[in-house]
Amino acid sequence: MSGLADAAIVGAYEHPTRWAPNETQFQLHAESARGALDDAGLSIRDVDGLLSSGLSPIGIMALAEHLNLQPRFHDSTNIGGSTFVAQVLHAAAAIAAGLCNVALITYGSKASSDRFAVGTGGLSGGDPPDQFEAPFGPTVMNSYALVAQRHMHEFGTTPEQLAEVAVTMRRHAGLNPHARYREPITIDDVLASRLVSSPLHLLDCCVITDGGGAVVVARRDRARDGRKPTVRILGGAESLRHTAMGRRDLTEVAAAQSGPLAMQMAGIKHADVDMCMIYDSFTITVVATLESLGFCGRGEGGPFVSGGRIGLGGELPINTDGGGLSSNHPGMRGIFLVIEAVRQLRGECGKRQVEDCDVALCHGTGGMLGLRHSGATLILGKGD
Amino acid sequence: MAELGKSAVPKPRVDEESKGFWEACGRGELYVQECGDCGALRHYPRALCPECLSADVRWRRCSGRGRVYTFTVVHQNQAPGFRDKLPYVLAYVELEGEGLRLLTNIVRCKPTEVRIGMDVEVVFDEIGSGIALAMFAPVD
Repeated sequence: MSGLADAAIVGAYEHPTRWAPNETQFQLHAESARGALDDAGLSIRDVDGLLSSGLSPIGIMALAEHLNLQPRFHDSTNIGGSTFVAQVLHAAAAIAAGLCNVALITYGSKASSDRFAVGTGGLSGGDPPDQFEAPFGPTVMNSYALVAQRHMHEFGTTPEQLAEVAVTMRRHAGLNPHARYREPITIDDVLASRLVSSPLHLLDCCVITDGGGAVVVARRDRARDGRKPTVRILGGAESLRHTAMGRRDLTEVAAAQSGPLAMQMAGIKHADVDMCMIYDSFTITVVATLESLGFCGRGEGGPFVSGGRIGLGGELPINTDGGGLSSNHPGMRGIFLVIEAVRQLRGECGKRQVEDCDVALCHGTGGMLGLRHSGATLILGKGD
Repeated sequence: MAELGKSAVPKPRVDEESKGFWEACGRGELYVQECGDCGALRHYPRALCPECLSADVRWRRCSGRGRVYTFTVVHQNQAPGFRDKLPYVLAYVELEGEGLRLLTNIVRCKPTEVRIGMDVEVVFDEIGSGIALAMFAPVD
């Protein structure tokens, strides 16, 4: 049992919106916070830890002001879309260390209504490596395409296999009334959609939506006040991957470090995992992540995602909410991985419920897969 | 055929650690760094060796030949300097000899002709203010 066992997830809430032109970003944070605290049976006055991301550089103070909180623990890590997965670990570690008792993690974004080109805008940050990249036209999206092309070359992964990930996510989205796109698609539909950055087509890419979500992590003795079953934090770990002085193997992603560490902490094997929430910014992200997590061997991700294995009713259901490919992606999707895993472990998913779901694995990927990216693995278990 | 770098692409923010690299590119020469203590090669250039934190930097001139490690033909990029040059090829080229990989563009060929493993050599694209970008073109 890990030191994280002192904490549990006691509340989770996904904002139903996918398009919120008449709300502010902080309003989405506040509405999500209200939903997660209601879910937990706690009050905003119980919160003594605040975690968030996607804010301005010191915006955590503004968010605390907006919610009139005076947290004694706070964290505004930004490692891209995986941040909120990592922040569940940060919150649990803070609770285990006695730094706070009730940690609120919130997210809100208007990426769609603000017309923010999340994946296909240019990148020209001011960090030292950027000068060797920005003049050549990298985007978030084409950094993933670089990995996909290499994966296909080394392992024979096919466009059809990648497309199957998108088709499966859309099938799941059909069972989620809040999903952005719910009409079924076929492999041919994916292959016939326009190439955005070869070998990735439009339907290999996640959607862009507005959205928000929140999670409450609390000491387990506080958790018992809650109205719903708690969710245990069995293990977790983080990692960063970069160009490594010019020698990185692009097809091995950050999950190769965080996955085994998380599973070791949780004391589980792959066969113990009942469902996964894998960040699906692009179809290749799922294939590469499953390999690096060790659910299949290197290069075997294409065949692994085929034949219905990752769909509901298959051996390892993935992204039962429809994922970023079909349900929602406001820019940093990590919090939704945690929220859907919590709903599955509580048995709240209705038609898309995974039977006998006792252990769920979340893996968030943030940043640019072929340049610099982050990984955060979190293993959750059914509580009491 | 896309010709990159001629107009408004983001100019590299040359700094104290990188100016030797960019000055060489301006002369039409490609260099990587080698640690004077542990011998580790590195790209991009920086003042201290990440392997051993030695400040003994040596510059090693590359032949400029290499192979395409991976690439993508980019059809969508809203950023200024790129949206009017679509499609273009973003690639990692692995340098012959050093084995290091650089992010770059493949130019002077049709994007549809680019393949992983293709032999390429460096060509320098001047973008003004004495700055030249190391791009790669197929070897004839």
